[in-house]
Amino acid sequence: MSENLREQLLLLPAYFQGHLLLTLAAITMGVLISVPLGVWAEQSARVKRPLLAVVSIVQTFPSLAILALVVALLGGRIGFLPAFIALTLYSMLPIVRNTVTGLESVSASVVEAARGIGMSPHQILREVKLPLAMPIIVAGIRTAMVWTVGLATLSTLVGATSFGNYIFTGIQTRNLVAVTVGSLASAALAVGLDGLVAAIQWLLEKRNEAVDSARLRSIRRSVYAAIGVVICIVLYGLLPQPRADFIVAGKPFTEQYIMVGLLAAELEEAGFKVEQRLGLGSDVVFEAVSNGTVDLYVEYTGTIWSSYMNQQGNPGREAIRSGVIDYLEREGVVTLGFTGFQNRYSLAMRRDRAEELGIASIEDLVPLAGELSAGADLEFFGRSEWLRLRDLYNMDFSNKLTFDASLMYTALVEGQVDLISAYTTDGRVAAFDLVLLEDPRNALLAYDAMLLASDAAAANPALMQAVDSVIDSISNAAMRQANRLVDVDGESVNAAIEYLRSESLMRSN
Amino acid sequence: MIELRNVQKSYDGGATLAVADTSVVVERGEFLGLIGASGCGKTTTLKMINRLEEPSSGEILVNGRNVREQNPELLRRNIGYVFQGIGLFPHRSVAENVAAVPRLLQWEPDKIQARCEQCMELVGLPFAEFGQRSPSQLSGGQQQRVGVARALAAKPEVVLMDEPFGALDPITRSELQEEFKSIQRSMDLTVVMVTHDMTEALLLADRIAVMREGVVLQIGTPYELLHNPQHDYVREIVAMPRQRAKRLEELMRGE
Repeated sequence: MSENLREQLLLLPAYFQGHLLLTLAAITMGVLISVPLGVWAEQSARVKRPLLAVVSIVQTFPSLAILALVVALLGGRIGFLPAFIALTLYSMLPIVRNTVTGLESVSASVVEAARGIGMSPHQILREVKLPLAMPIIVAGIRTAMVWTVGLATLSTLVGATSFGNYIFTGIQTRNLVAVTVGSLASAALAVGLDGLVAAIQWLLEKRNEAVDSARLRSIRRSVYAAIGVVICIVLYGLLPQPRADFIVAGKPFTEQYIMVGLLAAELEEAGFKVEQRLGLGSDVVFEAVSNGTVDLYVEYTGTIWSSYMNQQGNPGREAIRSGVIDYLEREGVVTLGFTGFQNRYSLAMRRDRAEELGIASIEDLVPLAGELSAGADLEFFGRSEWLRLRDLYNMDFSNKLTFDASLMYTALVEGQVDLISAYTTDGRVAAFDLVLLEDPRNALLAYDAMLLASDAAAANPALMQAVDSVIDSISNAAMRQANRLVDVDGESVNAAIEYLRSESLMRSN
Repeated sequence: MIELRNVQKSYDGGATLAVADTSVVVERGEFLGLIGASGCGKTTTLKMINRLEEPSSGEILVNGRNVREQNPELLRRNIGYVFQGIGLFPHRSVAENVAAVPRLLQWEPDKIQARCEQCMELVGLPFAEFGQRSPSQLSGGQQQRVGVARALAAKPEVVLMDEPFGALDPITRSELQEEFKSIQRSMDLTVVMVTHDMTEALLLADRIAVMREGVVLQIGTPYELLHNPQHDYVREIVAMPRQRAKRLEELMRGE
């Protein structure tokens, strides 16, 4: 078994437990809410139409949007709760709809008979309508269950543990083994839970049969065993876990995965118990550190300046630094220090092409821009930075193409575009020997990586001591090399972390 | 005993009357047939007796008590009901269907079991053989036998029947009619049966009420209706069984 696969499988129990707990909690809550709603809707035409419309609309919202909205409504709270609420909302449509359909499908003559022999409305519902509608209701629950297992992978983005941890980390760090393990595990869980519900339903239908066949007995035994296992896992998950001393979080790209791992390694070495929240959305993680749900993460000055402070101009690297530090203080976030590297946008060219055209800075591009084609990631041409660059240098490219980040580098290397909006610590800058162009007119923002901590965590002096080795110790070249190990050379994130630790250790010695 | 006093029913606030000013007395142990074409108000009249429908005006008394003053569910549990669509519970066994009303009345389990066996025996479905079957495993005739057993299980004095034999084939129908008539006599049941089949009414009922457009045109014994119809419509609907009977007699005599 490869080292990579073994590493992934070690994560399986925790991810499995997280995914199972989340799915079961959401489905249970979904059933508890949706079946009564369905009953209500079936009894009142006034309720039925608006209710079905609302649950259908919830379903048409992109699932990521629902997650983001729930996090926002909870005041930036991340983790289990927002994921649980979003998945519960998502599970409602099939259960509500099938409950209504199931109850409506009960024959009118049977209901009339129930009334005629003197059953109360409540007894008619409980003893006649619900049992007869049950197969259709259970079919709805099974649909919801399969959806929920699949959607639960997205809850990684709001900081809840699930098989999505495999998938998102794997996609960003080019670890196909992780992506495969995560997808297979999620699919297997969906099939398993669906089968379990089907088997329980089958047993309930057969419970009145006098003959107890061998097949029935063996299925019953398997179902009891499966329920037992699920209950054990759930109970284990509900046990009070030894609380982590610190929660370290990061966004979903390679550099962040590496930095989370590096910080966690330093803290663990100092004797702390650390929990990692990988691949959170950018807004989500900033909000989380200001409200204390996350203790530590790496952010970039330019991101805070333009995205959170909504500043349009570019007063220069130092002014942004001090502006950002002031802002963070007001927001109750503590700046522990700068790491030393800067991951900003930079226009980049192939070395041979740059030399051929005699270009070393953006200034040199100006007379040629009309004949050059530029490639960028999906955001760049829509950002204020590009507009500023265009206006300050008074130039535009003849051809502007947007790519997924990894395809953008390929396009440059293959000569489809002359220059791209590269990231300064990207491993591919080193691997493809790209030239980063100077920006003498300061169009592009500075993105100094800084270590941010929550108020509570920063109050612990041991934290600062433990992560001190990460402050001012990582050069652009070192970070670029670490990213390169993962993105280009196909090494694991752990290998990159080891590389950075040996680098910074060498420095401090 | 059932008594209807000036009962009216309108579904549109009085503009039209589904049942108009009807007064009928059904004596204890009497079998009343309610006959008429579809939409004549006979089923509505029947359903008002156990409050499946509420009259717009007038009073209904069952065993001397005004039904309005009784809890509708408790009232219905004490009145047997045989439904047009049979209406057995498909998710319950035959025995559970028969035991439904005693269970609602919270009888002791032993008593329910004993009564259930007794009623199934009465309608010709031995408990040992049929008790655990599901209704879907029975023929139409057997299903309505279960329907009758269910109506009788709680020992009601009054039984209402809404075209109970309408969906059965002629031979099964006539068997069940005969059997039910003898059950009714032996248990001294007060029965109101809705039907649109005059022959059925003539053969089973002690008295027949003929309805048209919400109005009871005539109430009388079969003999009175046959020999002294007081309305053209009544004459019309007894003419058919009379002609048939006459023709059958002729055939028997070999004419």
